[in-house]
Amino acid sequence: MSAPHAQGAAPASGPADRPDTPGPASRLTRFARWLRRDLRAALSLSFLLALLAVAVFAAQIAPYPPTQQDVNNTLLAPSAAHLLGTDDLGRDVFSRLIHGAPATLYASFLAVSVGLLIGLPVGLLAGFLGGWVDDIIGRLIDTLLSFPAIVLAIAVTGALGIGLTNSMIAVGIVFSPQLARLARAQTLIVKQELYVDAARVFGASLPRLLARHILPNAVQPVIVQVTLLLAVALLAEASLSFLGLGVQPPTPSWGAMLARAYQYMEIAPEQMYAPGIAILLTALSFNALGESVRIALDPTMKRR
Amino acid sequence: MLARDRWKLIGWRLLQFVPVIVLATFIVFGLMQLVPGDIAVTLAGESASEARIAELRRLYGLDRPLLVQYGQWLWGAMQGDLGKSMLSGEPVLRSILTRFPTTLQIVLMALSVSLLIGVPMGILAALRPNSRIDAFVTSLASLGVALPNFWLAMLLVSVFALNLGWFPATGAVAFAKDPVASLKAATLPAFALAAGGVAEVARQLRGSLVEVLSSQFVRTLHAKGLPPSAILWRHGLKNVSVNLLTVIGLMFNRLLGATVVIEAVFAIPGVGSMVVASAIQKDFPVIQGVVLAMVLIVITLNLVIDLLYTVVDPRVGRR
Repeated sequence: MSAPHAQGAAPASGPADRPDTPGPASRLTRFARWLRRDLRAALSLSFLLALLAVAVFAAQIAPYPPTQQDVNNTLLAPSAAHLLGTDDLGRDVFSRLIHGAPATLYASFLAVSVGLLIGLPVGLLAGFLGGWVDDIIGRLIDTLLSFPAIVLAIAVTGALGIGLTNSMIAVGIVFSPQLARLARAQTLIVKQELYVDAARVFGASLPRLLARHILPNAVQPVIVQVTLLLAVALLAEASLSFLGLGVQPPTPSWGAMLARAYQYMEIAPEQMYAPGIAILLTALSFNALGESVRIALDPTMKRR
Repeated sequence: MLARDRWKLIGWRLLQFVPVIVLATFIVFGLMQLVPGDIAVTLAGESASEARIAELRRLYGLDRPLLVQYGQWLWGAMQGDLGKSMLSGEPVLRSILTRFPTTLQIVLMALSVSLLIGVPMGILAALRPNSRIDAFVTSLASLGVALPNFWLAMLLVSVFALNLGWFPATGAVAFAKDPVASLKAATLPAFALAAGGVAEVARQLRGSLVEVLSSQFVRTLHAKGLPPSAILWRHGLKNVSVNLLTVIGLMFNRLLGATVVIEAVFAIPGVGSMVVASAIQKDFPVIQGVVLAMVLIVITLNLVIDLLYTVVDPRVGRR
């Protein structure tokens, strides 16, 4: 009777141990080939990496400290000394734009992480357990999705207290039902698979089943959604900072810079271009990357 | 005449409406529970005396069990009592009712613009998938999704209000008072809002129309010699128009949220600017009131769309 057990052990140890799983080196070549073939993915990935570098080395790159005021030189037009001019307090706009990058990336990743942290386990559990747990969670998800997202984020921010971290936790909470719904739908498909039954028969615990067998096979659409949500989070951060609920002065943020530029639009209209273009390009890159990842992961798309 | 089982389905949909409403009110009420620490201390502000804190606690019933608090709040809300603003003392329901028409007007205008531009764009793209027009529409849609709408609003103000002077830069006019001025004042906000909507409609419509046009029954129609225009109008769009209802419901939700930011740009006295101001000043009854009003509208609209499906689409409920 031991023979079937020995055979069953292979699927029970999970699809990660498949013999055809590529090693790290071939995975890297595949990644490089993907980027060579998909110009859009390569471009957006390089833009985002450059942005990350700017965020990390902001203090070294920026010509001026972001909060250094100069009351004699306010609202200057772009020049060699100030590439993008100065704002209403005489601060260098180019330096503030560079120092806005870390806040932006921090905000996007924080919001999406909070959303994943809440949404992923809830969705996995609802899909896997089924029954009344699934009914209640499903209803809750549907109801939460009926709230206009940004209004709910504003309300939660109002309750938690304004500021960048709190407002992004709020955005993350608003993201969580979307991610939970996606994870739930995937789990419903994956849990029918034989290897899940096999693992269960071998006495795998619920957390082990979810983490080792369900999650790795349900996660692909979640990865795509997360990439797209990074763009949504970025736009939410800009909007909330524009409204005064996110980043608080004098810390620079692209959204808050636009709010200031708007007040002086008639005197210095050129101030509103750079932060807006920065937001647009970053959001475009996240979206483009998400779409490319979706195509790359989609087994129904033809490999050309 | 609707068949008996259809009426049953409609009754079932209406019944499902109840728990969703109850859950929504519970979530709105629960917002207050997210306040870190003691709510009464937060409400009283800094350097408030112990007596003042205790008084506030009694006044808002914060000393009672949570479910009792929820029950009282819900009972009041059902009778139209959403409490009073903690700053102005004005009844929340009255402020919402005076401000909601302004917000709704912008949202409905944006919705119309999104459909008027998005639908033809989606059809054009779907007729020739992977053509130049399709590529153009698809990239325009990507741009519309990634464009921060308040920045677009600023650009529109800069060009059409400050430089050309065609539209006012700020404010709103009640439609009942002066329809022309009202539409004029709401034009820029509506277009700023609609950018994302156009993208969404064009994308969705292109997707579903491409799917329908490449399906088996369309091939049969081609084979039997039906002209392409008849296939598009009589078979393609008829199938897709049902999907459009869902898109409209989704878009309404999205636009209602996005108008909050747009109202800030144009200094429009709608519910959006009200909820932002009260979030900054921690005026909780106002926040709860606005969020409740918005979610009730969205849920009701979704119900109406669901019911329309049961009436219009013969496939619904037949399994």
